[in-house]
Amino acid sequence: MNENFIFFLWDFLQYFINGIAQGSLYAMVALGYTMVYGIIRLVNFAHGEFLMIGAMCGFYALRAHLPMPVAIVVAMLSSGLMAIVVERIVYRPIRKSGRIPALITAIGTSLFFQYFGQLVFGADPKTIPPFIEEKIYTFGEVNVSNVQLAILAITLSVLLFLFWLTHYTKIGKAMRAVSFNLPAAELMGINTNRIISFTFFLGAALAGLGGMLMGYTMSVEPMMGMNLGTKAFVAAVVGGIGIIPGAALGGFIIGIAENLVAGLYKSSLRDAVSFFILILILLIKPSGILGKNVKEKV
Amino acid sequence: MDYYHQILLIVGIFITLTLSLNLINGFCGQFSLGHAGFWGAGAYASAVYTVFYALPVAAPLNMLIALFVGFIAAAICGIIIGVPCLRLRGDYLAIATLGFGEIVRITIMNTEMVGGPRGFINIPHWANIWWVYAVAALTALFMFNLKRSAFGRAIISIREDEIAAENMGVNLFKSKLFSFTIGAGMAGIAGALFAHTQQFLHPSNFNFMWSVIILVMVILGGQGSVTGSIFGAVLLTIIPEALRYVGGAVSEWRMTIFPVLLIILMMARPEGIFGAHELTLKKRSEV
Repeated sequence: MNENFIFFLWDFLQYFINGIAQGSLYAMVALGYTMVYGIIRLVNFAHGEFLMIGAMCGFYALRAHLPMPVAIVVAMLSSGLMAIVVERIVYRPIRKSGRIPALITAIGTSLFFQYFGQLVFGADPKTIPPFIEEKIYTFGEVNVSNVQLAILAITLSVLLFLFWLTHYTKIGKAMRAVSFNLPAAELMGINTNRIISFTFFLGAALAGLGGMLMGYTMSVEPMMGMNLGTKAFVAAVVGGIGIIPGAALGGFIIGIAENLVAGLYKSSLRDAVSFFILILILLIKPSGILGKNVKEKV
Repeated sequence: MDYYHQILLIVGIFITLTLSLNLINGFCGQFSLGHAGFWGAGAYASAVYTVFYALPVAAPLNMLIALFVGFIAAAICGIIIGVPCLRLRGDYLAIATLGFGEIVRITIMNTEMVGGPRGFINIPHWANIWWVYAVAALTALFMFNLKRSAFGRAIISIREDEIAAENMGVNLFKSKLFSFTIGAGMAGIAGALFAHTQQFLHPSNFNFMWSVIILVMVILGGQGSVTGSIFGAVLLTIIPEALRYVGGAVSEWRMTIFPVLLIILMMARPEGIFGAHELTLKKRSEV
């Protein structure tokens, strides 16, 4: 084996590891998309903006000298509560009008928060420090930081938590019932509006958490939600939208592919990678990697 | 005077753009979120022609060729996007077209020949407001006639119910691809006009935000209504400009008007102001 090839392998490994860390953040954001879609079949375009608002509130909490764990809780609560308010005021009245008006409304909500964010928080990028002190471990030619490991661990525990929630708690079972069949769940005595609100809260709180953890790679600014939101949505579709493990799988795939292309080929193509993967998946298996095909009945 | 002239130009270009998206979105019911991508493809292709490959003929003739180049370039993009994506429906189609629109923009950003992220400069000033409104009028005429033709009704039946339309003998794929390609091509013509009136192009002119603005114009006017599209394009170009003069908080918050308007419209009247109807001098029963 020649030397260049070995260097290439080390590079590949390095970007792969960076991709896993980034992908776990995408996965965290994608979970919110997939849960909301699973329950009311709405592509919540404003999900990225919930993330932005959470991260902004977390930033101001840190600036007020609150410790990091408190700031993370502030971020999660603020984006979660924002989601409840938006669902109540905007999405609930529109739900009966069909899917396309709901989709357009979601786009409108997303744009509203982008400009709202610029006016309220200012358009300048803000930096959130890493949530733990960064230490770098070197294996051969590859660097792994403890922040990356912690992010992976947090994402995996969130996944376990969601699995436990949806399978072993009353509210989780109600969520699954609503996603199977909303009118039937209502007839069984489930308060569907409350379940939907709860789903929005949960998804947005995870987005807020993701926004805070992202501080180690990128800064927080009002337009960040657009880019991150579309990538996370792509992740959800790639894995199979409405399926919780699918969102995680999709997140990892997007994160890894993006870092490999940006690192080994051309960094300006970073944002195009996720869309290429999306179109590829939609052509091969539109229901996503873990999805099942549902035929439309007349 | 220049400022008003510029607004009039933009209104005319957006009338063509809105009409072209109405063909895809309003008539055929295929929800596309990548229209700015077609617009950009047409603008850049026509500018590449006039800057690098212009034939030694009179400027108006060259401009006609540029319009044609814009049409062909965007229509080819429409076919490339349409063939794989039109199998998808609803929100999936929306996201796939969004992705393609972004890919077009990122490709332009990475093409050194057209200036990449610095923008494309020195485009000749060959089009003017007469060109813009002649094209807008021709597009409107085309759409009016299409709406009344057998093929137009076939496209509209796809919007109403795909399965029923197929059972009535409408070739779904062909009709969808036709409306997608022609709609994209017309957006390309609007792009060529944009390039040769502004003389400068930048990739950020064609990002997702602009796809949404064109979409809002279509929906505000009414999906499937030609006069509605014209109304939507005029109204939504002029309102944000007019709000500049109000001053104070209104001027500052004017960019939030678009989304709020959109949300209120969806709640109050999801079919748009005109619905599928036209503004005519005749009584409605005769239309």
